[in-house]
Amino acid sequence: MAAELLRESYEIQGRNFDKAGEISSEIKSLLGGLGLDAAAVRRTVIVAFEAEMNVVMYARRGTLTVILTDEDIDLEVRDEGPGIPDVGLAMQEGYSTASDEMREMGFGFGMGLPNMKKNADAFRIETEVGKGTSVLATIRLNSHV
Amino acid sequence: MTLAEIKDLLRCAVLAGEENLGHEVSDVVASDGMSEILAFARSKELMITGLTNIQSIRTADIAGVRAVIYCRGKVPDKRVLDFARDKGIPVLATTMGMFEICGILYAKGLRGVS
Repeated sequence: MAAELLRESYEIQGRNFDKAGEISSEIKSLLGGLGLDAAAVRRTVIVAFEAEMNVVMYARRGTLTVILTDEDIDLEVRDEGPGIPDVGLAMQEGYSTASDEMREMGFGFGMGLPNMKKNADAFRIETEVGKGTSVLATIRLNSHV
Repeated sequence: MTLAEIKDLLRCAVLAGEENLGHEVSDVVASDGMSEILAFARSKELMITGLTNIQSIRTADIAGVRAVIYCRGKVPDKRVLDFARDKGIPVLATTMGMFEICGILYAKGLRGVS
C-alpha cells in the first residue's frame, strides 16, 4: 500500500467569487515546493481549480483535501450543494447549467468536469440530489498523458 | 519569437512585467472561456483573452501560462495587475480583436496548444 506523506484540507466558501481559486493556488505552492514531477503537479492543480470553481459556483460550502503518497496525488472535493441529477449529461463537454454571472467569470461553458477527468488518471463522482457532490481524483506521479 | 517582438507586432501596451519581455513564445492559447485554457496540461507561453477579471490571471497561473495579452482594448483594474505582478506574469493589452491577433501570430509561425 502507498505510504501517505502529506494531507491537507481546505474549506471552500460557496458563492465567494472573489476568493475563488485561492485554495488551488495554495496547493500549487505546497506541491510545487516538494520537487515532484511538474506535469503531475500541473494536472493536480488544474483538477483542484476546476473542482474549487464548481463548489464556489454551485454549492453552499465544501472541503478540498489533498493527499500525497509515494505513488500519487489524491484530491477529494466534497460539497454541500444541489447535487447532479444526471452525471452522464454533466460529463458531456459543452453541457452546462451555469448562470450568466458564472459565464462572466469565464466559467460555466460545460468543460469543468470533462477537464477534471481528462487531467486525472482516475476520476469518480459521487452525488445525491439535494445533498451534495464529491469528486475523487487521482493523479499518478511520473505518469504522462 | 519573444514577447517584445509580439508587443511591437500587435501594438501592445505593457501593463505589467516589462522586465520579462524577453520570454520566448511558441505555443499560444486564445479564449474567453477559462476552462478552454485549462483543458490542456501542457504549459503554454502565451494566453490571449478578452476576460479581464482576476480569474484570468488565476487561470494563467494555474495552467502554467507565462504571459497574458488582453484583446479588444480591454484593460484590467489595478488589483488584477498587482496580482499578475505578484505571480510574475507579464500583461499586455491591444485594441486588436482576438481573430486578428491569432491570424497575425499564426502567420508568424506561432501555434495553438491542442
